Amino acid sequence: MARAPLRHRLLGEQNRNLWFWVFVGPFVIGLMIFVLVPILWSIYLSFFEARNTVTPSLFVGLDNYGDMLSDPAFLSSLGTFVVFAAFIVPLTFVGSLGLALLVHRARFAKAFFRSVFFLPVACSYVVAAMIWKLSIFSGVRFGLANSVLRALGLDSVAWLSVTQPPWYWLVIVTLRLWLQLGFYMILFLAGLQRIPTVLYEAAAVDGAKPGWQVFRYITFPQLRTTSVAVLLLLLINAFQAFDEFYNLLANAGASGGGGYPPYARPPLVYLYYTALGNQQDFGHGSAGAVILALVIALFTVLQGRLLGFGRKEDRA
Amino acid sequence: MTTVRSGTERVGSVLRHVALGLGALLFLLPFYLLIRNALSTNADITSPQWTFFPDDIQWDNIGELFADPAVPMLRSLLNSVVISVLETSGAVLIGALAGYGLARIPYRHANVVLGMIVGTLMIPAAVTFVPTFVMVSTLGWVSSLQGIIVPGLFQALVVFLFRQYFLNFPRELEEAGRVDGLGYPGVFFRIVVPNSKAFVAAVATITFIGSWNAFLWPLVIAQDSSSWTVQIALSTFLTAQTVNLHELFMAAVFSILPMMLVFLGLQRFIVQGVESTGTTGQ
Repeated sequence: MARAPLRHRLLGEQNRNLWFWVFVGPFVIGLMIFVLVPILWSIYLSFFEARNTVTPSLFVGLDNYGDMLSDPAFLSSLGTFVVFAAFIVPLTFVGSLGLALLVHRARFAKAFFRSVFFLPVACSYVVAAMIWKLSIFSGVRFGLANSVLRALGLDSVAWLSVTQPPWYWLVIVTLRLWLQLGFYMILFLAGLQRIPTVLYEAAAVDGAKPGWQVFRYITFPQLRTTSVAVLLLLLINAFQAFDEFYNLLANAGASGGGGYPPYARPPLVYLYYTALGNQQDFGHGSAGAVILALVIALFTVLQGRLLGFGRKEDRA
Repeated sequence: MTTVRSGTERVGSVLRHVALGLGALLFLLPFYLLIRNALSTNADITSPQWTFFPDDIQWDNIGELFADPAVPMLRSLLNSVVISVLETSGAVLIGALAGYGLARIPYRHANVVLGMIVGTLMIPAAVTFVPTFVMVSTLGWVSSLQGIIVPGLFQALVVFLFRQYFLNFPRELEEAGRVDGLGYPGVFFRIVVPNSKAFVAAVATITFIGSWNAFLWPLVIAQDSSSWTVQIALSTFLTAQTVNLHELFMAAVFSILPMMLVFLGLQRFIVQGVESTGTTGQ
Protein backbone atom coordinates (compact mmCIF):
# COMPACT_ATOMS: atom_id res chain seq x y z
CA MET A 1 0.00 0.00 0.00
CA ALA A 2 2.74 2.42 0.92
CA ARG A 3 4.49 1.61 -2.37
CA ALA A 4 1.72 2.79 -4.61
CA PRO A 5 2.34 6.52 -4.25
CA LEU A 6 6.10 6.13 -4.84
CA ARG A 7 5.50 3.99 -7.87
CA HIS A 8 3.02 6.50 -9.10
CA ARG A 9 5.42 9.35 -8.49
CA LEU A 10 8.26 7.72 -10.42
CA LEU A 11 6.33 6.40 -13.37
CA GLY A 12 4.11 9.41 -13.78
CA GLU A 13 4.16 11.57 -16.86
CA GLN A 14 5.22 14.56 -14.77
CA ASN A 15 8.74 13.19 -14.48
CA ARG A 16 9.54 13.47 -18.15
CA ASN A 17 13.03 14.91 -17.75
CA LEU A 18 14.00 12.02 -15.51
CA TRP A 19 12.62 9.46 -17.94
CA PHE A 20 14.32 11.13 -20.88
CA TRP A 21 17.67 10.66 -19.18
CA VAL A 22 16.86 7.11 -18.08
CA PHE A 23 16.31 6.22 -21.75
CA VAL A 24 18.94 8.39 -23.44
CA GLY A 25 21.48 8.66 -20.61
CA PRO A 26 23.29 5.31 -20.99
CA PHE A 27 24.02 6.04 -24.63
CA VAL A 28 25.11 9.63 -24.04
CA ILE A 29 27.46 8.62 -21.20
CA GLY A 30 29.02 5.91 -23.36
CA LEU A 31 29.35 8.28 -26.29
CA MET A 32 31.13 10.82 -24.09
CA ILE A 33 33.54 8.27 -22.63
CA PHE A 34 34.35 6.34 -25.80
CA VAL A 35 34.02 8.95 -28.53
CA LEU A 36 34.20 12.53 -27.22
CA VAL A 37 36.90 12.05 -24.57
CA PRO A 38 39.20 10.14 -26.98
CA ILE A 39 38.79 12.84 -29.61
CA LEU A 40 39.69 15.61 -27.14
CA TRP A 41 42.55 13.51 -25.79
CA SER A 42 43.82 12.99 -29.31
CA ILE A 43 43.73 16.73 -30.04
CA TYR A 44 45.68 17.27 -26.80
CA LEU A 45 48.25 14.60 -27.71
CA SER A 46 48.71 16.08 -31.18
CA PHE A 47 50.42 19.13 -29.60
CA PHE A 48 52.95 17.02 -27.72
CA GLU A 49 55.93 14.83 -28.37
CA ALA A 50 54.30 11.53 -27.39
CA ARG A 51 56.16 8.34 -28.20
CA ASN A 52 55.23 5.27 -26.17
CA THR A 53 53.27 7.39 -23.72
CA VAL A 54 49.82 8.89 -23.38
CA THR A 55 50.89 11.34 -20.64
CA PRO A 56 53.50 13.39 -22.51
CA SER A 57 55.41 16.34 -21.05
CA LEU A 58 57.11 17.98 -24.04
CA PHE A 59 54.82 20.55 -25.69
CA VAL A 60 55.72 21.01 -29.35
CA GLY A 61 52.88 23.24 -30.55
CA LEU A 62 52.02 22.69 -34.18
CA ASP A 63 55.25 20.81 -34.98
CA ASN A 64 53.49 17.45 -35.33
CA TYR A 65 51.10 18.98 -37.84
CA GLY A 66 53.97 20.53 -39.75
CA ASP A 67 55.83 17.21 -39.79
CA MET A 68 52.80 15.34 -41.08
CA LEU A 69 51.99 17.88 -43.79
CA SER A 70 55.58 17.80 -45.06
CA ASP A 71 55.92 14.01 -44.74
CA PRO A 72 55.92 12.60 -48.29
CA ALA A 73 54.63 9.25 -47.00
CA PHE A 74 51.58 10.82 -45.37
CA LEU A 75 50.88 12.98 -48.42
CA SER A 76 51.23 9.99 -50.71
CA SER A 77 48.71 8.13 -48.51
CA LEU A 78 46.23 10.91 -49.28
CA GLY A 79 47.16 10.51 -52.95
CA THR A 80 46.44 6.80 -52.67
CA PHE A 81 43.02 7.62 -51.29
CA VAL A 82 42.29 9.99 -54.19
CA VAL A 83 43.21 7.33 -56.77
CA PHE A 84 41.16 4.71 -54.91
CA ALA A 85 38.12 6.98 -54.62
CA ALA A 86 38.42 7.98 -58.28
CA PHE A 87 37.96 4.31 -59.21
CA ILE A 88 35.65 2.96 -56.55
CA VAL A 89 33.09 5.77 -56.20
CA PRO A 90 31.94 6.04 -59.85
CA LEU A 91 32.24 2.29 -60.50
CA THR A 92 30.15 1.37 -57.46
CA PHE A 93 27.61 4.09 -58.22
CA VAL A 94 27.07 3.01 -61.83
CA GLY A 95 27.34 -0.70 -61.03
CA SER A 96 24.88 -0.73 -58.14
CA LEU A 97 22.41 1.48 -60.03
CA GLY A 98 22.67 -0.82 -63.06
CA LEU A 99 22.13 -3.93 -60.95
CA ALA A 100 19.16 -2.31 -59.20
CA LEU A 101 17.53 -1.41 -62.55
CA LEU A 102 18.06 -4.95 -63.87
CA VAL A 103 16.74 -6.61 -60.70
CA HIS A 104 13.84 -4.16 -60.40
CA ARG A 105 12.60 -4.98 -63.91
CA ALA A 106 13.29 -8.72 -63.77
CA ARG A 107 10.20 -10.82 -64.36
CA PHE A 108 11.62 -14.12 -63.11
CA ALA A 109 13.52 -15.02 -59.95
CA LYS A 110 13.68 -11.42 -58.76
CA ALA A 111 14.16 -12.43 -55.10
CA PHE A 112 16.87 -14.90 -56.09
CA PHE A 113 18.91 -12.33 -58.00
CA ARG A 114 18.51 -9.77 -55.23
CA SER A 115 19.79 -12.29 -52.67
CA VAL A 116 22.76 -13.36 -54.79
CA PHE A 117 23.97 -9.79 -55.34
CA PHE A 118 23.32 -8.90 -51.69
CA LEU A 119 25.04 -12.01 -50.27
CA PRO A 120 28.67 -10.74 -50.37
CA VAL A 121 27.63 -7.93 -47.98
CA ALA A 122 27.71 -10.58 -45.23
CA CYS A 123 31.26 -11.68 -46.17
CA SER A 124 34.22 -10.12 -44.37
CA TYR A 125 37.01 -8.19 -46.05
CA VAL A 126 39.49 -10.68 -44.59
CA VAL A 127 37.84 -13.66 -46.25
CA ALA A 128 37.37 -11.78 -49.51
CA ALA A 129 41.04 -10.72 -49.43
CA MET A 130 41.99 -14.36 -48.91
CA ILE A 131 40.02 -15.48 -51.97
CA TRP A 132 41.33 -12.64 -54.10
CA LYS A 133 44.96 -12.95 -52.98
CA LEU A 134 45.34 -16.73 -52.82
CA SER A 135 42.83 -18.02 -55.32
CA ILE A 136 41.94 -15.56 -58.06
CA PHE A 137 44.91 -13.21 -58.33
CA SER A 138 47.57 -15.37 -56.77
CA GLY A 139 51.23 -15.57 -57.76
CA VAL A 140 52.71 -16.03 -61.15
CA ARG A 141 52.25 -19.77 -61.44
CA PHE A 142 48.77 -20.59 -60.27
CA GLY A 143 45.46 -18.90 -59.64
CA LEU A 144 42.30 -18.44 -61.64
CA ALA A 145 43.15 -15.15 -63.35
CA ASN A 146 46.54 -16.37 -64.59
CA SER A 147 45.03 -19.65 -65.78
CA VAL A 148 42.52 -17.69 -67.83
CA LEU A 149 45.32 -15.51 -69.23
CA ARG A 150 47.37 -18.58 -70.17
CA ALA A 151 44.34 -20.18 -71.82
CA LEU A 152 44.10 -17.03 -73.93
CA GLY A 153 47.78 -17.34 -74.79
CA LEU A 154 48.86 -14.38 -72.66
CA ASP A 155 51.62 -14.08 -70.07
CA SER A 156 51.01 -14.56 -66.36
CA VAL A 157 50.93 -11.47 -64.18
CA ALA A 158 52.31 -10.99 -60.66
CA TRP A 159 49.18 -9.15 -59.62
CA LEU A 160 50.05 -7.81 -56.18
CA SER A 161 53.81 -7.41 -56.35
CA VAL A 162 54.41 -5.25 -59.41
CA THR A 163 53.90 -1.50 -59.46
CA GLN A 164 54.50 -1.04 -63.20
CA PRO A 165 51.89 -1.55 -64.54
CA PRO A 166 49.93 -1.15 -61.31
CA TRP A 167 47.87 -4.34 -61.52
CA TYR A 168 47.27 -4.30 -57.75
CA TRP A 169 44.59 -1.64 -58.29
CA LEU A 170 42.55 -4.16 -60.28
CA VAL A 171 42.71 -6.59 -57.34
CA ILE A 172 41.82 -3.97 -54.72
CA VAL A 173 39.00 -2.36 -56.69
CA THR A 174 37.29 -5.58 -57.83
CA LEU A 175 37.37 -6.92 -54.28
CA ARG A 176 35.56 -3.91 -52.86
CA LEU A 177 33.13 -3.86 -55.78
CA TRP A 178 32.12 -7.45 -55.05
CA LEU A 179 31.65 -6.75 -51.36
CA GLN A 180 29.70 -3.49 -51.55
CA LEU A 181 27.75 -3.41 -54.83
CA GLY A 182 24.86 -5.38 -53.29
CA PHE A 183 24.43 -3.00 -50.38
CA TYR A 184 24.10 0.08 -52.59
CA MET A 185 21.90 -1.91 -54.98
CA ILE A 186 19.44 -2.41 -52.10
CA LEU A 187 19.41 1.34 -51.43
CA PHE A 188 18.67 2.01 -55.11
CA LEU A 189 16.00 -0.71 -55.19
CA ALA A 190 14.28 0.96 -52.24
CA GLY A 191 14.45 4.26 -54.13
CA LEU A 192 13.04 2.71 -57.31
CA GLN A 193 10.13 1.24 -55.35
CA ARG A 194 9.15 4.70 -54.16
CA ILE A 195 8.78 6.20 -57.65
CA PRO A 196 5.04 6.59 -58.34
CA THR A 197 3.91 4.55 -61.37
CA VAL A 198 1.77 7.53 -62.40
CA LEU A 199 4.95 9.25 -63.57
CA TYR A 200 5.76 6.41 -65.96
CA GLU A 201 2.21 6.34 -67.27
CA ALA A 202 2.34 10.09 -67.86
CA ALA A 203 5.67 9.71 -69.67
CA ALA A 204 4.21 6.97 -71.87
CA VAL A 205 1.26 9.23 -72.74
CA ASP A 206 3.69 12.01 -73.61
CA GLY A 207 5.44 9.65 -75.99
CA ALA A 208 8.69 9.07 -74.11
CA LYS A 209 10.46 5.98 -75.41
CA PRO A 210 10.90 3.28 -72.80
CA GLY A 211 14.56 2.85 -72.00
CA TRP A 212 17.01 5.72 -72.12
CA GLN A 213 14.46 8.57 -72.35
CA VAL A 214 12.37 7.33 -69.42
CA PHE A 215 15.53 6.75 -67.39
CA ARG A 216 16.97 10.17 -68.25
CA TYR A 217 13.83 12.22 -67.56
CA ILE A 218 11.91 10.19 -64.94
CA THR A 219 13.86 7.48 -63.11
CA PHE A 220 17.20 9.18 -62.55
CA PRO A 221 15.80 12.55 -61.37
CA GLN A 222 13.45 10.68 -59.01
CA LEU A 223 16.44 8.86 -57.50
CA ARG A 224 18.18 12.13 -56.59
CA THR A 225 17.91 11.77 -52.81
CA THR A 226 19.13 8.18 -52.96
CA SER A 227 21.99 9.10 -55.30
CA VAL A 228 23.20 11.87 -53.00
CA ALA A 229 23.12 9.56 -49.97
CA VAL A 230 24.94 6.80 -51.90
CA LEU A 231 27.68 9.17 -53.09
CA LEU A 232 28.27 10.53 -49.59
CA LEU A 233 28.42 7.04 -48.07
CA LEU A 234 30.75 5.83 -50.84
CA LEU A 235 33.19 8.67 -50.30
CA ILE A 236 33.25 8.35 -46.50
CA ASN A 237 33.67 4.58 -46.74
CA ALA A 238 36.46 4.93 -49.31
CA PHE A 239 38.30 7.24 -46.89
CA GLN A 240 38.14 4.51 -44.25
CA ALA A 241 39.58 1.79 -46.49
CA PHE A 242 41.87 -0.38 -44.43
CA ASP A 243 40.89 -4.05 -44.31
CA GLU A 244 41.47 -5.03 -47.92
CA PHE A 245 44.67 -3.01 -48.36
CA TYR A 246 46.13 -4.48 -45.19
CA ASN A 247 45.13 -8.07 -45.90
CA LEU A 248 46.13 -8.03 -49.56
CA LEU A 249 49.48 -6.31 -49.13
CA ALA A 250 50.85 -6.71 -45.58
CA ASN A 251 53.26 -9.57 -45.22
CA ALA A 252 54.62 -10.12 -41.76
CA GLY A 253 52.05 -11.15 -39.20
CA ALA A 254 49.24 -9.08 -37.78
CA SER A 255 50.86 -6.99 -35.07
CA GLY A 256 53.79 -4.67 -35.17
CA GLY A 257 55.33 -5.82 -38.41
CA GLY A 258 56.31 -3.42 -41.11
CA GLY A 259 56.17 -5.78 -44.06
CA TYR A 260 53.92 -3.47 -46.02
CA PRO A 261 55.10 -2.21 -49.41
CA PRO A 262 55.51 1.58 -49.67
CA TYR A 263 52.95 1.83 -52.48
CA ALA A 264 49.19 1.75 -51.95
CA ARG A 265 49.09 2.84 -48.33
CA PRO A 266 45.79 4.61 -47.75
CA PRO A 267 45.64 7.08 -44.81
CA LEU A 268 44.40 4.58 -42.23
CA VAL A 269 47.09 2.04 -43.02
CA TYR A 270 49.63 4.82 -42.69
CA LEU A 271 48.19 5.96 -39.34
CA TYR A 272 48.02 2.37 -38.12
CA TYR A 273 51.73 1.89 -38.67
CA THR A 274 52.66 5.33 -37.30
CA ALA A 275 50.62 5.28 -34.11
CA LEU A 276 50.47 1.59 -33.28
CA GLY A 277 53.46 0.11 -35.08
CA ASN A 278 56.80 -0.28 -33.36
CA GLN A 279 57.14 3.46 -32.80
CA GLN A 280 53.87 3.94 -30.86
CA ASP A 281 54.09 7.56 -31.95
CA PHE A 282 50.82 8.94 -30.59
CA GLY A 283 51.75 12.58 -31.14
CA HIS A 284 52.23 12.28 -34.89
CA GLY A 285 49.48 9.67 -35.15
CA SER A 286 47.00 11.96 -33.43
CA ALA A 287 47.97 14.93 -35.60
CA GLY A 288 47.44 12.72 -38.66
CA ALA A 289 44.03 11.58 -37.36
CA VAL A 290 42.96 15.19 -36.78
CA ILE A 291 44.14 16.20 -40.27
CA LEU A 292 42.29 13.23 -41.75
CA ALA A 293 39.09 14.08 -39.88
CA LEU A 294 39.30 17.67 -41.16
CA VAL A 295 39.92 16.51 -44.74
CA ILE A 296 36.93 14.15 -44.55
CA ALA A 297 34.73 16.90 -43.12
CA LEU A 298 35.87 19.23 -45.92
CA PHE A 299 35.15 16.63 -48.62
CA THR A 300 31.74 15.87 -47.10
CA VAL A 301 30.74 19.53 -46.97
CA LEU A 302 32.07 20.17 -50.48
CA GLN A 303 30.30 17.18 -51.94
CA GLY A 304 27.13 18.11 -50.05
CA ARG A 305 27.29 21.62 -51.52
CA LEU A 306 27.92 20.37 -55.05
CA LEU A 307 25.04 17.91 -54.87
CA GLY A 308 22.75 20.23 -52.92
CA PHE A 309 22.41 17.88 -49.97
CA GLY A 310 19.93 19.04 -47.35
CA ARG A 311 17.84 21.21 -49.66
CA LYS A 312 14.22 21.59 -48.72
CA GLU A 313 12.83 19.41 -51.48
CA ASP A 314 14.93 16.46 -50.35
CA ARG A 315 12.89 16.19 -47.20
CA ALA A 316 9.68 15.22 -48.94
CA MET B 1 0.88 -3.57 -66.37
CA THR B 2 0.82 -4.24 -70.07
CA THR B 3 -0.81 -7.38 -71.35
CA VAL B 4 0.41 -7.14 -74.93
CA ARG B 5 4.16 -7.13 -75.17
CA SER B 6 6.00 -6.08 -78.25
CA GLY B 7 8.83 -8.06 -79.78
CA THR B 8 11.54 -5.63 -78.72
CA GLU B 9 10.21 -5.71 -75.17
CA ARG B 10 10.46 -9.49 -75.11
CA VAL B 11 14.01 -9.39 -76.47
CA GLY B 12 14.86 -6.78 -73.84
CA SER B 13 13.50 -9.00 -71.10
CA VAL B 14 15.51 -11.99 -72.30
CA LEU B 15 18.69 -9.90 -72.50
CA ARG B 16 18.08 -8.60 -68.99
CA HIS B 17 17.79 -12.09 -67.61
CA VAL B 18 20.90 -13.25 -69.45
CA ALA B 19 22.81 -10.30 -67.95
CA LEU B 20 21.42 -11.06 -64.50
CA GLY B 21 22.33 -14.75 -64.82
CA LEU B 22 25.93 -13.96 -65.84
CA GLY B 23 26.20 -11.43 -63.04
CA ALA B 24 24.88 -13.95 -60.53
CA LEU B 25 27.47 -16.55 -61.65
CA LEU B 26 30.22 -13.96 -61.27
CA PHE B 27 28.99 -13.02 -57.78
CA LEU B 28 28.79 -16.64 -56.65
CA LEU B 29 32.20 -17.60 -58.08
CA PRO B 30 34.26 -16.37 -55.07
CA PHE B 31 32.05 -18.40 -52.72
CA TYR B 32 32.61 -21.45 -54.92
CA LEU B 33 36.39 -20.89 -54.94
CA LEU B 34 36.37 -20.67 -51.15
CA ILE B 35 34.59 -24.01 -50.75
CA ARG B 36 36.60 -25.64 -53.55
CA ASN B 37 39.90 -24.71 -51.89
CA ALA B 38 38.67 -25.69 -48.44
CA LEU B 39 38.03 -29.22 -49.71
CA SER B 40 41.23 -29.54 -51.77
CA THR B 41 44.74 -30.66 -51.01
CA ASN B 42 47.47 -28.00 -50.87
CA ALA B 43 48.86 -29.45 -54.08
CA ASP B 44 45.54 -28.94 -55.85
CA ILE B 45 45.27 -25.34 -54.67
CA THR B 46 48.75 -24.39 -55.85
CA SER B 47 48.77 -26.51 -58.96
CA PRO B 48 49.85 -24.53 -62.05
CA GLN B 49 47.21 -26.50 -63.93
CA TRP B 50 44.06 -24.91 -62.52
CA THR B 51 40.99 -27.14 -62.41
CA PHE B 52 37.45 -26.13 -61.71
CA PHE B 53 36.76 -29.24 -59.62
CA PRO B 54 39.40 -30.56 -57.21
CA ASP B 55 40.70 -34.04 -58.08
CA ASP B 56 39.48 -35.56 -54.87
CA ILE B 57 37.40 -33.96 -52.17
CA GLN B 58 39.12 -33.82 -48.78
CA TRP B 59 36.47 -33.92 -46.07
CA ASP B 60 39.28 -34.68 -43.61
CA ASN B 61 40.32 -31.02 -43.85
CA ILE B 62 37.59 -30.16 -41.34
CA GLY B 63 39.00 -32.42 -38.63
CA GLU B 64 42.55 -31.37 -39.44
CA LEU B 65 41.72 -27.69 -38.96
CA PHE B 66 40.28 -28.13 -35.48
CA ALA B 67 43.03 -30.53 -34.43
CA ASP B 68 45.89 -28.23 -35.44
CA PRO B 69 47.41 -26.73 -32.26
CA ALA B 70 49.08 -23.95 -34.27
CA VAL B 71 45.70 -22.52 -35.30
CA PRO B 72 43.58 -21.34 -32.33
CA MET B 73 40.46 -21.73 -34.42
CA LEU B 74 38.01 -22.90 -31.78
CA ARG B 75 39.09 -20.20 -29.34
CA SER B 76 38.85 -17.48 -31.99
CA LEU B 77 35.41 -18.62 -33.13
CA LEU B 78 34.24 -18.66 -29.52
CA ASN B 79 35.62 -15.14 -28.95
CA SER B 80 33.84 -13.93 -32.07
CA VAL B 81 30.53 -15.44 -30.93
CA VAL B 82 30.81 -13.92 -27.44
CA ILE B 83 31.85 -10.50 -28.79
CA SER B 84 29.22 -10.34 -31.52
CA VAL B 85 26.33 -11.54 -29.34
CA LEU B 86 27.15 -9.24 -26.41
CA GLU B 87 27.99 -6.25 -28.59
CA THR B 88 24.87 -6.65 -30.75
CA SER B 89 22.43 -7.14 -27.87
CA GLY B 90 23.99 -4.29 -25.90
CA ALA B 91 24.16 -1.88 -28.83
CA VAL B 92 20.58 -2.65 -29.90
CA LEU B 93 19.20 -2.29 -26.34
CA ILE B 94 21.08 0.95 -25.60
CA GLY B 95 20.33 2.29 -29.08
CA ALA B 96 16.62 1.43 -29.01
CA LEU B 97 16.19 3.05 -25.57
CA ALA B 98 17.95 6.22 -26.68
CA GLY B 99 16.11 6.30 -30.00
CA TYR B 100 12.77 5.95 -28.23
CA GLY B 101 13.61 8.62 -25.68
CA LEU B 102 14.62 11.04 -28.43
CA ALA B 103 11.54 10.30 -30.52
CA ARG B 104 8.88 10.19 -27.83
CA ILE B 105 9.80 11.73 -24.46
CA PRO B 106 9.39 15.51 -24.61
CA TYR B 107 12.47 17.20 -23.19
CA ARG B 108 13.47 20.80 -23.62
CA HIS B 109 17.04 20.13 -24.74
CA ALA B 110 16.35 16.99 -26.77
CA ASN B 111 17.48 18.76 -29.95
CA VAL B 112 20.85 19.60 -28.43
CA VAL B 113 21.36 15.93 -27.52
CA LEU B 114 20.23 14.82 -30.98
CA GLY B 115 22.56 17.33 -32.62
CA MET B 116 25.50 15.96 -30.66
CA ILE B 117 24.69 12.39 -31.69
CA VAL B 118 24.26 13.25 -35.36
CA GLY B 119 27.49 15.26 -35.13
CA THR B 120 29.51 12.22 -34.09
CA LEU B 121 27.83 10.29 -36.90
CA MET B 122 29.68 12.60 -39.29
CA ILE B 123 33.06 11.64 -37.81
CA PRO B 124 34.02 8.34 -39.43
CA ALA B 125 34.61 5.72 -36.75
CA ALA B 126 37.93 4.63 -38.20
CA VAL B 127 39.45 8.10 -37.84
CA THR B 128 38.97 7.86 -34.07
CA PHE B 129 40.83 4.56 -33.68
CA VAL B 130 44.05 6.21 -32.51
CA PRO B 131 42.40 8.30 -29.75
CA THR B 132 40.09 5.47 -28.70
CA PHE B 133 43.07 3.12 -28.49
CA VAL B 134 44.83 5.63 -26.23
CA MET B 135 41.71 5.69 -24.06
CA VAL B 136 41.18 1.94 -23.91
CA SER B 137 44.85 1.25 -23.20
CA THR B 138 44.80 3.58 -20.19
CA LEU B 139 41.88 1.51 -18.91
CA GLY B 140 44.15 -1.54 -19.19
CA TRP B 141 41.80 -3.22 -21.65
CA VAL B 142 44.31 -4.10 -24.38
CA SER B 143 44.02 -7.79 -25.33
CA SER B 144 40.72 -8.16 -23.50
CA LEU B 145 37.29 -8.97 -24.82
CA GLN B 146 35.73 -5.97 -23.05
CA GLY B 147 38.24 -3.75 -24.85
CA ILE B 148 36.68 -4.91 -28.12
CA ILE B 149 33.05 -5.02 -26.93
CA VAL B 150 32.48 -1.95 -24.76
CA PRO B 151 33.44 0.82 -27.24
CA GLY B 152 31.20 -0.93 -29.79
CA LEU B 153 28.11 -0.62 -27.59
CA PHE B 154 27.59 3.04 -28.39
CA GLN B 155 26.71 3.32 -32.06
CA ALA B 156 25.22 6.63 -33.09
CA LEU B 157 23.85 5.10 -36.29
CA VAL B 158 21.76 2.57 -34.34
CA VAL B 159 20.26 5.37 -32.22
CA PHE B 160 19.53 7.43 -35.31
CA LEU B 161 17.82 4.55 -37.14
CA PHE B 162 15.66 3.73 -34.11
CA ARG B 163 14.69 7.36 -33.65
CA GLN B 164 13.58 7.63 -37.28
CA TYR B 165 11.60 4.42 -36.91
CA PHE B 166 9.92 5.32 -33.59
CA LEU B 167 8.85 8.73 -34.96
CA ASN B 168 6.50 6.80 -37.25
CA PHE B 169 5.32 4.30 -34.64
CA PRO B 170 1.51 4.48 -34.25
CA ARG B 171 0.78 6.64 -31.21
CA GLU B 172 -2.63 5.03 -30.63
CA LEU B 173 -0.97 1.81 -29.45
CA GLU B 174 1.07 3.72 -26.89
CA GLU B 175 -1.99 5.68 -25.71
CA ALA B 176 -3.83 2.40 -25.11
CA GLY B 177 -1.01 1.24 -22.83
CA ARG B 178 -0.95 4.53 -21.00
CA VAL B 179 -4.69 4.26 -20.30
CA ASP B 180 -3.94 0.87 -18.77
CA GLY B 181 -1.60 2.62 -16.33
CA LEU B 182 1.79 1.89 -17.90
CA GLY B 183 4.63 4.38 -17.52
CA TYR B 184 7.36 4.98 -20.12
CA PRO B 185 9.24 1.72 -19.43
CA GLY B 186 6.02 -0.31 -19.48
CA VAL B 187 4.87 1.21 -22.75
CA PHE B 188 8.32 0.71 -24.27
CA PHE B 189 8.93 -2.90 -23.23
CA ARG B 190 5.36 -4.24 -23.37
CA ILE B 191 3.94 -2.41 -26.35
CA VAL B 192 6.57 -0.72 -28.52
CA VAL B 193 9.24 -3.45 -28.59
CA PRO B 194 6.87 -6.41 -29.21
CA ASN B 195 5.32 -4.48 -32.10
CA SER B 196 8.71 -3.60 -33.63
CA LYS B 197 10.23 -7.06 -33.95
CA ALA B 198 10.91 -6.79 -37.68
CA PHE B 199 12.78 -3.50 -37.36
CA VAL B 200 14.72 -4.68 -34.30
CA ALA B 201 15.68 -7.80 -36.29
CA ALA B 202 16.87 -5.65 -39.19
CA VAL B 203 19.06 -3.42 -37.02
CA ALA B 204 20.35 -6.42 -35.04
CA THR B 205 21.32 -8.28 -38.24
CA ILE B 206 23.23 -5.31 -39.61
CA THR B 207 24.94 -4.75 -36.24
CA PHE B 208 25.79 -8.44 -35.91
CA ILE B 209 27.34 -8.61 -39.39
CA GLY B 210 29.35 -5.47 -38.66
CA SER B 211 30.52 -6.84 -35.33
CA TRP B 212 31.42 -10.30 -36.66
CA ASN B 213 33.31 -8.88 -39.64
CA ALA B 214 35.00 -6.02 -37.74
CA PHE B 215 38.72 -5.97 -38.43
CA LEU B 216 40.60 -2.76 -37.65
CA TRP B 217 39.46 -2.36 -34.03
CA PRO B 218 40.06 -5.99 -32.98
CA LEU B 219 43.42 -5.84 -34.81
CA VAL B 220 44.38 -2.86 -32.66
CA ILE B 221 43.12 -4.30 -29.37
CA ALA B 222 43.59 -8.09 -29.64
CA GLN B 223 47.38 -8.19 -29.45
CA ASP B 224 47.41 -11.55 -27.70
CA SER B 225 46.14 -14.68 -29.44
CA SER B 226 43.81 -15.46 -26.51
CA SER B 227 41.68 -12.46 -27.46
CA TRP B 228 41.79 -12.96 -31.25
CA THR B 229 38.54 -12.87 -33.16
CA VAL B 230 38.17 -15.21 -36.09
CA GLN B 231 38.93 -12.36 -38.52
CA ILE B 232 42.23 -11.61 -36.76
CA ALA B 233 43.16 -15.29 -36.70
CA LEU B 234 42.52 -15.55 -40.45
CA SER B 235 44.40 -12.34 -41.16
CA THR B 236 47.40 -13.48 -39.13
CA PHE B 237 47.72 -16.63 -41.20
CA LEU B 238 46.94 -14.80 -44.42
CA THR B 239 49.72 -12.26 -43.94
CA ALA B 240 52.22 -14.80 -42.58
CA GLN B 241 54.41 -16.71 -45.00
CA THR B 242 54.09 -20.37 -44.11
CA VAL B 243 50.64 -21.77 -43.90
CA ASN B 244 48.54 -24.71 -44.90
CA LEU B 245 46.36 -23.21 -47.58
CA HIS B 246 43.57 -25.77 -47.33
CA GLU B 247 43.37 -25.24 -43.56
CA LEU B 248 43.21 -21.49 -44.07
CA PHE B 249 40.35 -21.80 -46.54
CA MET B 250 38.51 -24.27 -44.32
CA ALA B 251 38.87 -21.80 -41.44
CA ALA B 252 37.40 -19.10 -43.69
CA VAL B 253 34.43 -21.35 -44.48
CA PHE B 254 33.74 -21.73 -40.76
CA SER B 255 34.13 -17.99 -40.28
CA ILE B 256 31.44 -17.11 -42.83
CA LEU B 257 29.07 -20.00 -42.05
CA PRO B 258 27.38 -18.33 -39.02
CA MET B 259 27.09 -15.10 -41.02
CA MET B 260 25.47 -16.79 -43.99
CA LEU B 261 22.91 -18.51 -41.76
CA VAL B 262 22.01 -15.30 -39.91
CA PHE B 263 21.98 -13.40 -43.18
CA LEU B 264 19.84 -15.76 -45.23
CA GLY B 265 17.40 -16.13 -42.34
CA LEU B 266 16.97 -12.43 -41.63
CA GLN B 267 17.70 -10.92 -45.03
CA ARG B 268 14.09 -9.92 -45.73
CA PHE B 269 14.05 -7.81 -42.56
CA ILE B 270 17.12 -5.88 -43.72
CA VAL B 271 15.51 -5.18 -47.06
CA GLN B 272 12.24 -4.18 -45.36
CA GLY B 273 14.14 -2.03 -42.89
CA VAL B 274 15.96 -0.17 -45.67
CA GLU B 275 12.70 0.28 -47.54
CA SER B 276 10.72 1.50 -44.51
CA THR B 277 13.16 4.05 -43.08
CA GLY B 278 16.71 3.56 -44.25
CA THR B 279 19.29 6.09 -45.27
CA THR B 280 17.61 7.29 -48.38
CA GLY B 281 14.50 9.09 -47.27
CA GLN B 282 12.80 10.71 -44.35
